[in-house]
Amino acid sequence: MEEDLENKSASLLNYNPVHKKVPVLVHNGNPILESLVIVEYIDDVWKQVPILPDDPYQKAAARFLAKFIDDQCIPALYKVFDRNGGEQVIAEACEKLQILEDELRLNGKKFFGGDNINNVDIAAAFVAYWLKLLEEATEIKFVTGSKFPKITEWAEGFVNCQTVKEVLPPREIMLAYYKKRFNKI
Amino acid sequence: MADEVKLYGLDGSPFVCRVKIALNLKKIDYKFVVEDLRNKSADLLKYNPVHKKIPVLLHSGKPISESLVIIEYMDDAWKGAPLLPKDPYEKAQARFWAKFVDDKCIPIVFKAIVSHGEEKDLAEAHEQLQFLENQLNEGKKFFGGDDINLVDISATFIAYWVGAAEEALGLKLVSKDKYPKLTEWCDNYINCQAVKDGLPPREILLGFFKMWFATPNSFVYNEFLNKSS
Repeated sequence: MEEDLENKSASLLNYNPVHKKVPVLVHNGNPILESLVIVEYIDDVWKQVPILPDDPYQKAAARFLAKFIDDQCIPALYKVFDRNGGEQVIAEACEKLQILEDELRLNGKKFFGGDNINNVDIAAAFVAYWLKLLEEATEIKFVTGSKFPKITEWAEGFVNCQTVKEVLPPREIMLAYYKKRFNKI
Repeated sequence: MADEVKLYGLDGSPFVCRVKIALNLKKIDYKFVVEDLRNKSADLLKYNPVHKKIPVLLHSGKPISESLVIIEYMDDAWKGAPLLPKDPYEKAQARFWAKFVDDKCIPIVFKAIVSHGEEKDLAEAHEQLQFLENQLNEGKKFFGGDDINLVDISATFIAYWVGAAEEALGLKLVSKDKYPKLTEWCDNYINCQAVKDGLPPREILLGFFKMWFATPNSFVYNEFLNKSS
């Protein structure tokens, strides 16, 4: 159900009175909020394709990393574009990305989830797709293949997964939106 | 080493306290390792290299960080005294509210305390606290119903630390008039044995807050501002 964030529907405000934000998943009339909470809900209800590891310790490690991406990594990346670049904000963002780079190097697999996508890969979708478009729209480039080879390789693999490809918004739409948002038109 | 449980932390941290309460509820024996935040141990830096913060739980040599991640881990690893509902929708609700307490409620309540009740901060704090008050409207003893759950534990700071800060500051944030359900919940919660056994003595907290309000650059609470969870 498409939402216009400048004119939020009565349904959205009814389902998410606390934050008034998307996404909201409604299942059997029950609303679930917060994207990572929704992902865990989906994993609890539909058991066929596990999104989180089974083992409690690995599950905790995955939750930790997903939370890190959400709470620290993505805000630090946005800050780069909000502040129109600058050495310090870029350095801080790179420090966060280095954690992800090291994690991928350590596990040596195609995805954070190993051979298959898990909740960490999903949490980092912004890094795989939206980040590049932000760089292109604002002409502030700092996530290079030489600095972050593992992330670059992972991003390529992630956005080319069929299930991911099908839901990514078209490049041109995001570029136009970002150019407008960051006054680059 | 097998099955040994250690908790790295500080008595005064509400985030460490969350984990202590969960350990008490699950009746898990553990060793408490006191950290000096001005001189963090090599173990802490090894076990939490990303944030270098407390609490860290070590179970059979494996470290877990972030208090709410730790509590969910405990619920997966030890099956007695469940801390999350079984039903997926109820579980999602619990996760949402725990995250709300952590991300929205506690930071703004703490900010209102730090600013000595500055008007804008106070207004925002009241807005968020009202959501919590409303969650207790169905005549529930705890956010978890008859038993404590993840949401109750996440709000330990509201139940106990806020009262001490209010007394030290001479400022009432969570009054009985405005928050009848929440104040009743506070009483019920802090009087549970498993919670009582995990809380630091009130005099220590009062001492901390009085000292900190007198000298706002006190190291320990600057660490708090960056959140130890």
